[in-house]
Amino acid sequence: MGRYVIRRLLQMVPVFIGTTFLIFVMVYALGDPVAAMFGDRAPDPATAAQIRHDLYLDHPLPLQYLHYMGQIFTGNFGKAATGQPVTELMGTAFPVTLRLTIVAFAIEAIAGIGLGLLAGLRRGRFADSGVLAFTLLVVAIPTFVTGYLLQYFVGVKWGLANPAVADGAPFSDLILPGVVLAGVSLAYVARLTRTSVAENSRADYLRTAVAKGLPRRRVVTVHLLRNSLIPVVTFLGTDIGGLMAGAVVTERIFNIHGVGYQLYQGILRQNPPTVVGFVTILVLIFLAANLLVDLLYAVLDPRIRYA
Amino acid sequence: MPDMTDSQSLVDAVPTTAAGPVDPSQQREKARSLWSDAWHDLSRKPLFYISALVIVFLVVIAIWPSLIASGDPLACDLSKSQMGPTSGHPFGFDTQGCDVYTRVVYGARASVSVGMFSTLGVTVLGSLLGGLAGYFGGWWDAILSRISDIFFGIPILLGGVVFLSVIKGGSVTTVSLFMILLGWPQIARIARGAVITAKQQDYVQAARALGAGHTRLMLRHIAPNALAPVIVVATIALGTYISLEATLSYLGVGLKPPAVSWGIDISAASEQINNAPHMLLWPAGALSVTVLAFILLGDAVRDALDPKLR
Amino acid sequence: MRGAKSAKWVVGAAVVALAATACGGGGSDTKAGGSNDGVVRAWWGDPQNPLEPANTNEVQGGKVMDMIFMDLKEYDPTTGKANLAAAQSITTNDQQNFTITLKPGLKFSDGTPVTSSSFVDAWNYGALVTNKQLNSYFFADIDGYDAVHPEAANAAPTAKTMSGLKVVNDTTFTVKLKQKFSTWPDRLGYKAFAPLPKSFFTDHAGYLNKPVGDGPYEVVSYTKGSSMKLVPNPYYTGASKPKNKGVLLKVYTDSATAYADLQAGNLDVLDDIPAEDLTHVKSDMSGRYLNQPAGIIQTISFPLNQKSWNAPGMDKVRLGLSMAIDRKTITQKIFQGTRTPATDLTSPVLGASGGYDPTMAGDATTYNPTKARQLIQQGGGIPGGHMTIGYNADSGSHKQWVDAVCNSINQVLGNNKACVGAPTGTFADFRNQITKGQMTQPFRSGWQMDYPLIDDFLTPLYATSGSSNDSHYSNPQFDKLINEANAAPNPAQATSLYQQAEKLLFKDMPVIPLWYQNGEAAWSSRVSNVTENAFSYPVYTDITVNNS
Repeated sequence: MGRYVIRRLLQMVPVFIGTTFLIFVMVYALGDPVAAMFGDRAPDPATAAQIRHDLYLDHPLPLQYLHYMGQIFTGNFGKAATGQPVTELMGTAFPVTLRLTIVAFAIEAIAGIGLGLLAGLRRGRFADSGVLAFTLLVVAIPTFVTGYLLQYFVGVKWGLANPAVADGAPFSDLILPGVVLAGVSLAYVARLTRTSVAENSRADYLRTAVAKGLPRRRVVTVHLLRNSLIPVVTFLGTDIGGLMAGAVVTERIFNIHGVGYQLYQGILRQNPPTVVGFVTILVLIFLAANLLVDLLYAVLDPRIRYA
Repeated sequence: MPDMTDSQSLVDAVPTTAAGPVDPSQQREKARSLWSDAWHDLSRKPLFYISALVIVFLVVIAIWPSLIASGDPLACDLSKSQMGPTSGHPFGFDTQGCDVYTRVVYGARASVSVGMFSTLGVTVLGSLLGGLAGYFGGWWDAILSRISDIFFGIPILLGGVVFLSVIKGGSVTTVSLFMILLGWPQIARIARGAVITAKQQDYVQAARALGAGHTRLMLRHIAPNALAPVIVVATIALGTYISLEATLSYLGVGLKPPAVSWGIDISAASEQINNAPHMLLWPAGALSVTVLAFILLGDAVRDALDPKLR
Repeated sequence: MRGAKSAKWVVGAAVVALAATACGGGGSDTKAGGSNDGVVRAWWGDPQNPLEPANTNEVQGGKVMDMIFMDLKEYDPTTGKANLAAAQSITTNDQQNFTITLKPGLKFSDGTPVTSSSFVDAWNYGALVTNKQLNSYFFADIDGYDAVHPEAANAAPTAKTMSGLKVVNDTTFTVKLKQKFSTWPDRLGYKAFAPLPKSFFTDHAGYLNKPVGDGPYEVVSYTKGSSMKLVPNPYYTGASKPKNKGVLLKVYTDSATAYADLQAGNLDVLDDIPAEDLTHVKSDMSGRYLNQPAGIIQTISFPLNQKSWNAPGMDKVRLGLSMAIDRKTITQKIFQGTRTPATDLTSPVLGASGGYDPTMAGDATTYNPTKARQLIQQGGGIPGGHMTIGYNADSGSHKQWVDAVCNSINQVLGNNKACVGAPTGTFADFRNQITKGQMTQPFRSGWQMDYPLIDDFLTPLYATSGSSNDSHYSNPQFDKLINEANAAPNPAQATSLYQQAEKLLFKDMPVIPLWYQNGEAAWSSRVSNVTENAFSYPVYTDITVNNS
């Protein structure tokens, strides 16, 4: 167990290097960010050269990467286009996005598993088709549409919530964007749970549990659900990172100054420090989430052991 | 042990038990292979036929859109901008004054092909790599899982803007390739998880003890049991790929004009939702029907493949 | 089960840790700066560059510069005329040597005096190449600029200050230009020419966190990326004293969100109305909406450095394409009347005396399918049989109008694939292709004026060495007229010479004029007296807050 965790932690090192390099190359491939700083005007060559020099852009790519990595290890993530240190941006963006992710994740997990369980246990009945219709709706309508609709009706028309998230992103303001963000994933979770529950509800051990005379509640939660959760947990685990990075649209609609927003700004302005810095942290979160998922397998299914 | 006594289709995607209980006499027929079993099972499900019909229809329309639409999707008259339905134009007009009906029909080609190619590619690549990782474990697993971590780490936005602008793409092929490139880790993770579970099952252990080789174990024993979650995710993913194509077009790196696709129209319509909801309704409706058809088909196929449910 | 148990612990601990960090990150925080009674809450976009006068070249940073700085001259919000502000007088005898005298007793919001060295030091800072100021070319007319800002990349400057600037005493300084330039003093309302306090040079990082100026407002708090609070500057003695108790600028991620917040009553002034809301903004806001001309013109540029678009006869094709665009319908249907079809290459905000001439284009910008078709045929047709119009997809919803323009051209030519839009993912990529001269097909271009003078709409864009000559247009006759205009003894003669130069552009058609962009704003019932100036900035000082 302990060795397994250590091995996984060690594996993170090459992934970390691989990802940062890949992202670095990608941002580099986007082209020279200096031209855009001058707006609709052609850059003055002398000023542009000076800016390139200061951003270390006048060196070959591998050197730029080494320089950047060297800086990172001293805690310097470089500066955004506005001259603000990237670490400062991270300090404000990550807590906000983390809160949004927690809200969305809770909604997705609770509602998704709940709906899936309902549909799986009541296969072929009204509840089941209701869940299907709902998940279909969520998948087929793009996030920006649900986002704008909810914002307009709940926020503007009925005035039930703030249409835009206030400074500091209080949890009460995050429920609406959380619902929007959780939408598509919720559909996945519900369908996965339903399938899994349907399959396992005919398993021998469940039959045994029922035959033993265990109360239905215990049968469903301990025996059925626990064994049905593996694919769901896999999905949820990989989705944490997706929620954090994939909130670009939701964050934009609801005025959340989080990771997705900063990342998008970084991409638009082709600012390597912002993009690479944020993605690096995101990758670390992915890795941690994946490790957690693999450990959870062992919790959910005692037959799986890691050595 | 797989439970062979139950004959009812358990995982029907829709409420009706229209499939009805399978005649017990069927069980006594001579042993069939997994696939012919599956086909036998499928052939008696109305839902399978309905969804298959819808998909065949979509494919036909994608190949010959002029069968049901006589107009030109690029013939647009700005003076008719956002007008509602009129005779000959049952779905009304979009912002540019193009006929929405014609565009929905012509949009099927790009959208359905992007959806199908991407899903197919992602499923094959993802379940192959994920399955191998889950089955062999050890170094295989470590390397493949870490590679998929790296791909997970790349934000779709960044990947899309960079990949598609660097290769100057904009065709169905390049967009699908991009989606496969960034989409496979999702299926791979799911497949890996499913294979890890299936691998531990008694019947697999039994088969192994009986001397079954890797290929036989994987194909005959593990794959059918691990396929269910993969199919579920893949069929939903098909819909998200079609919408993702919309987002990519919206960002200016997806299908390039004069391509016509539901995605392009949905992203254009979504901004106008307060002004002209009909612009959104029809392409989004077509997308929903397509996704529904594939989800139903996926459910039916999965049930048919699952020996436990027979 | 041992393994499973310890795994449980690890998972549990991780969850706890996650939850803990989540709680640590939040907490309700109230904004610094105290109560917001009588304060205007206005929409803001994140400025793209550090807030220094000579480094701010876009609207959002420009708004702040406008609020916290008073220049030697200021542009009248309604007429656009340059009036003396911080300057008592600007005099010259030869259009080349200027003597500038400041009003006495001017102070920055930190209480330090505004002297002639505040200006001279600021301008020298802005011009010096190692300071990487994006607007440094604004000082290029001053004698000695080449020494502090050599043209070649990577050349080191040979001086730190410009020889053309001389401090005479605390309130007087002189400026020597490289050559005669009669309208130069009217440029001095541009914020790149703002004075800077001592603290800018002694504590630069501190200054960027809380800029200090001599204008009507002072910054009390600035949270980068989210908000800035400004209150009236107690030391300000200029003409535009604020009529409110301050302004809170709120950064929004998207203007559609800001519009929702405006409707919900959480925002007072929004000057970027989402295109899709234009149809109903008047009824939503019960008429609290303005839509007026601003100094912005949109064009389509041809890549004249490409042989295909510059061959003999192509001028006819370019003119024909211009006449194939139904500007009236497009401005109505796509822009809901927030653009006005262009009939020259300047802007209505200049006024007739400033050089705006609605008859300049003649029929070159009038929709005329028959004549357009004829001209394109006579000129040899579109090169290669089909064309694209390049645009960047990341901002400004250009797709809609580009598609509409192409459809209009296609209808005229009777070929639905003759013209299609060609999106590029990011503005940076798009600009790189343009500045490197890699564009092979026409592309969208736009110009927002720096100061309300006709010269600003012509010289940088169409002079052979113009800083933004994206179409690579070059006409010796045009260059000659511009030089003559710059040296003209008085502004009226200069304007007339500029107009003669402009006339040439309608013969050569290096660009297709499309439309003038309007400034818009909508506001809540909490505020009144919302107006905009020619730069499409709200005039914040005039806004009053009701019931406070």
